[in-house]
Amino acid sequence: MTLIATFWGTLLDILPIAAIVFGFQYLVIRKPVKRLPQVLMGFFMVWVGLSFFLVGLEQALFPMGELMATQLTNHEFLPILAEGAQRHWSDYYWVYIFAFAIGASTTIAEPSLIAVSLKAGEISGGTIDPLMLRVAVALGMAFGITLGTWRIVMGWPLQWFVFAAYLLVIVQTLRSPRSIIPLAFDSGGVTTSTITVPIIAALGLGLATEIPGRSPVMDGFGMIALACLFPIITVMGYAQIAQWRATRTRSANDLTPM
Amino acid sequence: MDLVVSLAHQFKDSLRDLAPVVLVMAFFQLVVIRQPLPDSLALIDLAFGLVFVLVGLTLFIKGLELGLFPLGENLARAFVKKGSVSWLLMFAFALGLGSTVAEPALIAIAARAAEVVALGGLIDNSVRAQNSFAFALRMVVAASVGVAVVLGVVRIFKGWPLHLMIIAGYMLVLLLTLFAPAEMIGIAYDSGGVTTSTITVPLVTALGVGLASSIKGRSPMLDGFGLIALASVMPIIFVLLFGIIGIHLIPGVVP
Repeated sequence: MTLIATFWGTLLDILPIAAIVFGFQYLVIRKPVKRLPQVLMGFFMVWVGLSFFLVGLEQALFPMGELMATQLTNHEFLPILAEGAQRHWSDYYWVYIFAFAIGASTTIAEPSLIAVSLKAGEISGGTIDPLMLRVAVALGMAFGITLGTWRIVMGWPLQWFVFAAYLLVIVQTLRSPRSIIPLAFDSGGVTTSTITVPIIAALGLGLATEIPGRSPVMDGFGMIALACLFPIITVMGYAQIAQWRATRTRSANDLTPM
Repeated sequence: MDLVVSLAHQFKDSLRDLAPVVLVMAFFQLVVIRQPLPDSLALIDLAFGLVFVLVGLTLFIKGLELGLFPLGENLARAFVKKGSVSWLLMFAFALGLGSTVAEPALIAIAARAAEVVALGGLIDNSVRAQNSFAFALRMVVAASVGVAVVLGVVRIFKGWPLHLMIIAGYMLVLLLTLFAPAEMIGIAYDSGGVTTSTITVPLVTALGVGLASSIKGRSPMLDGFGLIALASVMPIIFVLLFGIIGIHLIPGVVP
């Protein structure tokens, strides 16, 4: 039943974009589509695939993310509280470790990130190491998610964190080598794949539901935003360090003959 | 036969995407938490769900590569060659809008957001109100990506510096946050990251790089990439505006 409903729903989701591309193709460009059967086959696969993906998401990824949040904040799992004592934020350390592990592991092996970092290494002419770049993005992502969970535990407004991050991004943008800027901004988007977004969202909503005094409405969202912002910061940071090291070796080389 | 081979290849990629998540969770379940799964969550259901995710994602991405991507790239090239700026801008808008509407992550998150916002009392707690909220949210995000792509294309033509536009976008976000209802702020910030995944990134990058390499004096590296950055700031602005004004314009949603 849900499968049929999902199939119908995704059909309505795909129709607009199909209408747009075919409309432009036949009404504006007025040329026949090359290899039409293959293209139609592709659209059919997109439809079936999207439906299966959404069903699987509801059945596995969302419940798994929420289950982890529930179990990691369960009072039997957390350290024992002294009589009448308040929970300290550090009691939730397994939550932070889990968030960090999920962020780092999903990012470091991301195929699109590997492709982008190899390309960036080529263009920079050796000052940027592709592996280090990947590590920088993964660390940024992991730090962003961990900070997001910590924010939910503390219950502080999301905008403070986002504005602080914006400020850092702006300051770094003005000081970074220009060629790295578009790449850095893109790396924020690359990290959030179709699989990681639902998991992170479920984790955040689950945490906000379980932790006393937090509500999913006010605190549940925001992890994805932070996960997208911090890779920008770490990538520009890495580029700045790489540039600084390059100029230092150069000036050291200039000095040695003296 | 080729199709089977490339499907198998894509399946391996999807598996590599999913494996870290499953491994980290399995490690935590077996080593750290060591509790049985709750009754509502049978292991067999989870396993089937994961297989659905894998098969679905594989078919989805392969289908994009067969159908939408070649079509979109051909169109982008044809419009650049045609030389008509107004048509190109219209196409850019349609491409951004259309590719975001069907984004799986956005569909999932919009439905979640509607549930949560209904709980918080910002919208009516009925299935109909939730559905129209989720739909409106997706349309707003899609339109914002459309506008972002148009702006990005104009930027490539004019050679405006990307970082100034981003900083201006951040300022707008800052300003609008002061006026937006608190329930919408988290959702708005998150919608910026949700849009830039499977469909939008390759299509939009193809348009940007194609344009930048066909216009004299623009480098694909410097000018081709910025589209994604714009596409992740614009949704925040639009969803905040939606929370301030738009939400009151849909009939039967606000209690």
